[in-house]
Amino acid sequence: MTAPDHTLAELLIVACSELYRDNGEIVATGIGPIPRLGASLAKSTHAPELLMTDGEAYLVEDPVPIGPRGYDDRKPSGYLPFSRYFDSAVWTGKRHAVVSPIQIDRFGQMNLSYIGGSFEKPKVQMLGARGFPGNTIHHINSMFVPAHSTRIFVPGEVDSVSSVGYNPARRLAGADFSGVDLRFIVTNLCVMDFGGPDHAIRLVSLHDGVTVDEVKAATGFDLIVDGTPPTTPAPTAEQLEIIARLDPHNIRATVIKGNPSGTRG
Amino acid sequence: MTIKTFDKRTTADAVIGKLRDGMTIGIGGWGPRRKPMALVRALLRSDLKDLTIVTYGGPEVGMLLAAGKVRKVIYGFVSLDAIPLEPYFRKAREAGGLEVLELDEGMLQWGLKAAALRLPFLPTRVGLGTDVFEQGGFKTVASPYEDGEVLLAMPAIPLDFALIHVHRADRMGNSQALGPDTYYDDWFAKAAKEVAISAEEVVDRLDHSYPEDAKANLFERCFVQHVVEAPGGAHPTSMPPAYGWDMAALKAYAASAAEEGGWDRYRDEKVGPDEAHYLAQAGGIEAISKLPFPIF
Repeated sequence: MTAPDHTLAELLIVACSELYRDNGEIVATGIGPIPRLGASLAKSTHAPELLMTDGEAYLVEDPVPIGPRGYDDRKPSGYLPFSRYFDSAVWTGKRHAVVSPIQIDRFGQMNLSYIGGSFEKPKVQMLGARGFPGNTIHHINSMFVPAHSTRIFVPGEVDSVSSVGYNPARRLAGADFSGVDLRFIVTNLCVMDFGGPDHAIRLVSLHDGVTVDEVKAATGFDLIVDGTPPTTPAPTAEQLEIIARLDPHNIRATVIKGNPSGTRG
Repeated sequence: MTIKTFDKRTTADAVIGKLRDGMTIGIGGWGPRRKPMALVRALLRSDLKDLTIVTYGGPEVGMLLAAGKVRKVIYGFVSLDAIPLEPYFRKAREAGGLEVLELDEGMLQWGLKAAALRLPFLPTRVGLGTDVFEQGGFKTVASPYEDGEVLLAMPAIPLDFALIHVHRADRMGNSQALGPDTYYDDWFAKAAKEVAISAEEVVDRLDHSYPEDAKANLFERCFVQHVVEAPGGAHPTSMPPAYGWDMAALKAYAASAAEEGGWDRYRDEKVGPDEAHYLAQAGGIEAISKLPFPIF
C-alpha cells in the first residue's frame, strides 16, 4: 500500500510517537512542536495510558491542540504544576522527555548550556543546564534533532555536559547511575538508538531516500550500522488526520526548513 | 486594656530600604511569570549593589544585571520563555566576570528546601555525571546505611530576603495566588529570613473578603513580614487570571539590549522615578488588565 502524501515533519511526528510505545503509565513530555505532537499522537492512538499536560499546569486526557486557541480550552483531569513535576514525575522516574539539545556526543551526553569559551566566559551563552541533570539520572529520555549535522553530533565530548550519558569516565564511583535510560534519537535523516556495544549510538531506520553514507557524513562520531537499516514507517491516513486536528494552524510546517515532502523520490 | 493592632502593610520603597549591600535575595515567580516586578523596579531605583540573586530567572535578572546591582546569580535558568535567551543575562555571561551558580531546576528547589528545613544540605543524585557538579564545586556524601550510595550533597541556599508577588493579601500577611501554577514561592518564602509580598490588591482581612479562595494560599503568614499593594505589580510578566504577559513590552526590553545606551534609555523612559510613572507609560492598569493570557 502506498503511503498518503505527507511531509517530513509529519513523518517525524509519527516517529516521535513511537518513542512512547510500551512506556507504561508515565508523563510524556515532548518539548517543541514535533515532539509534543508526537506525544499527543501516541496518547491518541497506541498509548492512551500516558499522562500529559496542557503545556502548563493541568493534566489532560484529550491532548490539547498546539497554537492559538481559547485560553481555557482544556478539560483538566489532574494537576501537575512545575513544583510537583519534580515530586511526581522527574525524581520518581515516571516520565519520558523528548528534548532538543544543542550538542550530542557519542556517549549520549547532551549540551544545552553554552558553546565555546569556558563556563566562566562562554563564547555563546545558551539556555543553561535547565532540568537536564535531573531528567537524565532519573527517567527515560529521547532526543529530537531537526537538522542532523556534525555541529550537533560532535566529535569528542560536548562543550558542556548538561546531562548524564554513558561516558565511563564520568561515572563517579559509588554513585547510582541505574536510572540513566537514553532511548532514541529522531532526526530529519534517521532514527537512532543506544543499542550498540557499551550503549554506542546505532542506526535504527533511515527516512525515505536517505543513505547510510549521508547519515555518517553528518555525524561527528562513528555510528554503528547493523546490516541494511529499514525505512522509517510513513504516516497512515488515520495518523495524518489526527495530526491535522492536533495542529490546526499547521505549525509543523515551520519546523523543518522548506517543509519538504516525506518522500524524497 | 489595650487592643493591639497587627498590620504588616508598608511601601515598596520602605521594603527596599530594609535591604543591604551584599545580601542574598530570592525572587519568586518563574521566568516571565508572576514576578514581583514592582519591588524589583524599586530595587532598580535604589543604590543597592553586590547582591546575590536566587531565582528561576526572567527579566528581573537581566534588569538587575544591567543596572549593576548584582555580584552573583544562583539560577535554575534565566529566560523570557517566548524569547528563550534573556539578552542582558547573556551579555553579562559572555563578557565574563559574572559569578554564577548554574543549577538544575530541581537542585535549586532542593537547596531552598534544605534552607527552609534548616538543614545544611539534602542528598540527591541530580548533578552527578554532569559539568554542573564541578562548576558548582559540589561535594558528595555517602549513605551511612548498608547501601553506601554516593550522593551529591546539595547545600542549603538560605536567603536574607525573598520578594514575591501575589494576587491578594491582607494586612496580616495572609495571601492568595490564583493562577494555574504556584511555582516555588512557598520554598522561597520559607528559605528566607524576611519576606516581602506585593499584591494586586490588599484588603484588611482575607477571611472577610475572599474566604472561598483560601486554597490559593501558598505559605503561612508567619513567613511574611511586609505587605505592599502594587496593582500591575507583575507587569510585564504574566499574572493570570488578572492579566497575561506584555509581549510588546518584553520585546522592547529585549531589543534595548542590542542598542547603544539601551539600558540607560530603558531605565529612564520605562522604569522612571516611581511606580506611578511606570504604570502610566505601560498604559495604566486598565490596559494591563486587558493583556491576553499566553497559550502554551
